Amino acid sequence: MSAAPDPNGDLRSRAEALGQALPPLLAEAEMLAATVMLGEHGRRRAGLGDEFWQYRPAHQGDSARMIDWRRSARSDANFVREREWQAAQSVTLWVDPAKSMTFTGNKSRAPKSDRAKLLALALAVLLLRGGERVGIAGMASPRAGRAQMLRLAARLSGDASAEEYGAPETEGMVNHGRAVFLSDFLGDLTAVEAGLARASDRGVKGVLIQVLDPAEEEFPFDGRTIFESMGGTMRYETRKAGDLRSRYLARLAERKDRLSQLSRAVGWHFSTHHTGASAQSALLWAYGALQGGR
Amino acid sequence: MFMVGPIGFALPWLLLGLVALPILWILLRAVPPAPIRRRFPGMALLLGLKDQEAETDKTPWWLLLLRMLAVAAAIVGFAGPMLNPDVRVTGSGPLLVVVDGSWADARDWPRRVEKAVALVAEAGAAGRTVALIRLTDAPQTPEFQTAEAWAARVAGLQPSPWAPAGFADWAAALQSTLPDGGFETMWLSDGLAHPGREDLLQALEAAGPVRVIESLRPVLGLHPPGFADGAITVSASRMPAADALSVEAVARGPDPAGIERDLARVMLNFAAGQARAETVLDVPAELRNRITRLELALARTAGAVSLTDDSLKRRKIALIGGGADQEALLLLSPTHYLRQALEPVADIIEGTINEVLLASPDVVILADVAKLAQSETDAMLDWLEKGGLLLRFAGPRLAASDVSRFEEDPLMPVRLREGERTVGGTMSWGEPKGLAPFVEGSPFFGLVAPDDVVVRAQVLAQPDPTLTERTIAALDDGTPLVTRKAVGDGQVVLVHVTANAEWSSLPLSGLFVQMLERLAVSTRPALPDAADLAGQTLVPEVVLDAYGQLSDAGGLAGVPGEALAGALASGPTLALPPGLYAGSERRVALNVLGPETELLPAVWPASVPVEGLEGREAQVLKGAFLTGGLMLLLADVLAALWVAGRLSGLGRAASVLAVLAFLPVTEAQAQDSALPDDALALEATTAVVLAHVLTGDARVDEIAAAGLLGLSERLWMRTSIEPALPIAVDIERDELAFFPFLYWPITAGQAQPSPEAYERLNQYLRTGGMILFDTRDADVTGFGAATPEGQALEMIAAGLDVPPLEQIPADHVLTRTFYLLQEFPGRFARGAVWVEASPMAEAEAAEGMPFRNLNDGVTPVVIGGNDWAAAWAVDDVGAPVLPVGRGFAGERQREIAYRFGINLIMHVLTGNYKSDQVHVPALLERLGQ
Repeated sequence: MSAAPDPNGDLRSRAEALGQALPPLLAEAEMLAATVMLGEHGRRRAGLGDEFWQYRPAHQGDSARMIDWRRSARSDANFVREREWQAAQSVTLWVDPAKSMTFTGNKSRAPKSDRAKLLALALAVLLLRGGERVGIAGMASPRAGRAQMLRLAARLSGDASAEEYGAPETEGMVNHGRAVFLSDFLGDLTAVEAGLARASDRGVKGVLIQVLDPAEEEFPFDGRTIFESMGGTMRYETRKAGDLRSRYLARLAERKDRLSQLSRAVGWHFSTHHTGASAQSALLWAYGALQGGR
Repeated sequence: MFMVGPIGFALPWLLLGLVALPILWILLRAVPPAPIRRRFPGMALLLGLKDQEAETDKTPWWLLLLRMLAVAAAIVGFAGPMLNPDVRVTGSGPLLVVVDGSWADARDWPRRVEKAVALVAEAGAAGRTVALIRLTDAPQTPEFQTAEAWAARVAGLQPSPWAPAGFADWAAALQSTLPDGGFETMWLSDGLAHPGREDLLQALEAAGPVRVIESLRPVLGLHPPGFADGAITVSASRMPAADALSVEAVARGPDPAGIERDLARVMLNFAAGQARAETVLDVPAELRNRITRLELALARTAGAVSLTDDSLKRRKIALIGGGADQEALLLLSPTHYLRQALEPVADIIEGTINEVLLASPDVVILADVAKLAQSETDAMLDWLEKGGLLLRFAGPRLAASDVSRFEEDPLMPVRLREGERTVGGTMSWGEPKGLAPFVEGSPFFGLVAPDDVVVRAQVLAQPDPTLTERTIAALDDGTPLVTRKAVGDGQVVLVHVTANAEWSSLPLSGLFVQMLERLAVSTRPALPDAADLAGQTLVPEVVLDAYGQLSDAGGLAGVPGEALAGALASGPTLALPPGLYAGSERRVALNVLGPETELLPAVWPASVPVEGLEGREAQVLKGAFLTGGLMLLLADVLAALWVAGRLSGLGRAASVLAVLAFLPVTEAQAQDSALPDDALALEATTAVVLAHVLTGDARVDEIAAAGLLGLSERLWMRTSIEPALPIAVDIERDELAFFPFLYWPITAGQAQPSPEAYERLNQYLRTGGMILFDTRDADVTGFGAATPEGQALEMIAAGLDVPPLEQIPADHVLTRTFYLLQEFPGRFARGAVWVEASPMAEAEAAEGMPFRNLNDGVTPVVIGGNDWAAAWAVDDVGAPVLPVGRGFAGERQREIAYRFGINLIMHVLTGNYKSDQVHVPALLERLGQ
């Protein structure tokens, strides 16, 4: 997964590479999700669902069917057995498929797209376990169940697109649902603005997670360098890369600030995650942010 | 050869390549370093930024300089540079190599041989014939042969331990076989001036060109030791007299076991510009007598060695007291103090006068002997004429006799008045007399007479015209105390008081010994002269080689004394090698340097070119230049990478490596650092702490710690002593003052403590600490005997300040400090326990009292072999670690062992409190009496 598959490779080898990659991604995502399951269950309110929630005294309007006779027999009053509310939400994930996501600053680190897909799938696992419906923008409409998990994994394991930088996809979003955008947001910000605007038009709230490589945060370059975009379509030459560092970092900070403002304006959450750090913290944050918006 | 300073070039035309360097500069300057291509998504943020500096489109000047230097080094390297190239024009015709081959050559002989071999080989390569002469050999005609014939002989040459001589004979021998057309001469000189060398030099210059090769290394020589005022004077010379220099002189000789050792060392300090240095080697007479040779450390030549002969040896002294003293007390014996004073420094002969004179003593001492028989007087006079020293002491017998009363006795220096003079006695006026300061010219001059030396009685000399000059020591009222006169080569000395303390306190003082030493030692001249040795044949015993090594003389023939005397004056020769020559009576050392020999530098006429031996080696520098160029190119690689910005990864790796390299070191240091003293002090003083000495045996230390833990727990449970956890003590490092009690298990392999540790231990024992030594061997062989642990204890305790010991008596306070005990078992029950012996061994117990009334201190050591720690040892949960005995009896024994431990700690902490008689009634009650 560390490099984009060779376009000249035959179909079978690509298929096999895909087949090999799928289970580990899923397993990894489930493992990651498993660490979050503890203490994070239930809706904490009565409603429709499978799990027992509480007994409450029966009052007018409760049908006789609703009375729990076993409980009521132990006292003089009648009790109704309430179940925990299990209302499903629709969450749409968008993972930036652009070439810029295939960057890694170090051979020992996986590319950004790997981390983004892992986060997305882990989030999907968590949400699916919680009974939500999860889909991928533009690829799979939100559904619940374990089968959806496999479907999502298959969709996410696809190749990078030919674009240099990705633009958020809002197709397939459910009104008043939730959305998660995973990208490096290094491309044109107007596309992000447009995507957010479309989403908020539909009443969708959500989370922006900017996945960056540590090299992109540090800019550890020196000397005469030609920088090329990942697709090779854009290039920039400098004679002394070290001099650019401070200005690059200032621009990056400015961009993060802008994204933060954008998301606040539409009631979204924004966070930056580095591939050098543990995925778990980002997952926890994303899960918490999705719940908090509820 | 093309030369630049001391550097020559084999292919100088290659240096023209240096002209091309500026062109290279221009070429290199135009080529900028290649850019790196990087895929980087963050470049979107860079778009529109401008470079602030545009510097690296051209190669930086320092990188250029680096490359130019590399190329220049390569060009110079290939041009074949050579430092000090050997550009000597080789001569033609036969070559004569002259080697001094003296002792002074020995200091760098291998290099001389190397040079000679090189000269011979060079001549051989040029097809010249060669001859080599060594001037320390007997003069002979040189044989001019092919270089091959000489090569092997030259390599095997050795120097001789004497100076070259017979230059005139050499010159004559040379002239007899002058080859046609003369010859060239290379003279490897030892750098010293030798008389008569000009003769040979003239002869050689007449035969052809002469070149001299001299070493610049200094020559050091040691003169024979002199002896003055009871100390040895050591002097040395050097050539050239340059900067200040300190050389160590070593006196060597056999130790009491007969093994040769360094007996004394002294520094000889040459002042700048001084050729001679002198110092005094003040060693005890016992050591001085053993010295067989002195040598300069680090100068391995015969000249730096000086053998000592009889002049530093023990003297034979005949001691004859006035008869019939057997019944008197020892301290009243007239010879007692003399014997005490002389025995360490001299061989004492006793017997009648005729007997002892046969043994040819150096000194005869007559203590209060009045009258000699005529035959004895004659024999004594003969002996005195030959240089003997007769030392007489006065006494009651001499005072009562009429010896030397009316006319001077030949064996007395002065006439004596009748009777004796008593001063400061009960029946006389005045105070006892002290000594006047010794006047100059007296052999005692320089000695200080202590104030407490007083004379109460003496014999008085008759006033005579010669009395003043014969007086060498006087009382402070001017009365002669010691008089002396010469008899032939010898002398007679009379001390006007007794040799014991009856008449004066002189024999009790250190002055007496010093005076005897002055008198007895000043008898023999340091160097014998021709008259001394005339008519004798002396046989060499040991001889020196040129390197100062002694070897057995083997079959060398004896030499006549006159010849030896001549050699002593002028220096050793081929016939008389330096060494030790033994005659009938004495041994004479013939040293390379005499007492007055000067080391003078050789002076060559201006017509003779003089070269040094060292520093002229040709060195090929091609490799160095090419290596340097390669290093510069490597540096250029790194620098180019750095300029191009590709070194960041390498830099990170290097920094990580550096961190990794330093990390273990700091960790190790952290582990090494000892427990800080303050921490130990706090730990040891916040509560009473029992401590055990670390033995180095992990198991023993473990048991000791567990044992003290068990004892501490029992103390806590049963008594008011509440000790903290026991501490292990390293006696080499830790402060002991904090611990009232040390348990020291002895292991067979234990190392002996260092002197500093002993100091601390003794201080600890003296200031009230207690050590329980446990040999853990059940005392199977009785205390102090042959178990390995017993031997280890003996070895360790040898350096300790341990008082006299006794086996613990039945009424020792240890038996009742807390529990009433009769025995002191540990894991073994039967071993004896030893404590400090009571000072009042005879003290008897009073009637009806179970104990003696002993109020002595706490015993500083308790020694036994019962392996107490093993009996006390408990583990973490308080269960015993090791079994003791069997079943209930064993547990009982363990209990008694604990009780012993508790008694012991009580004894340490409360001292002899329980030996106070106040406790007797209670104890009696307990004992059921």
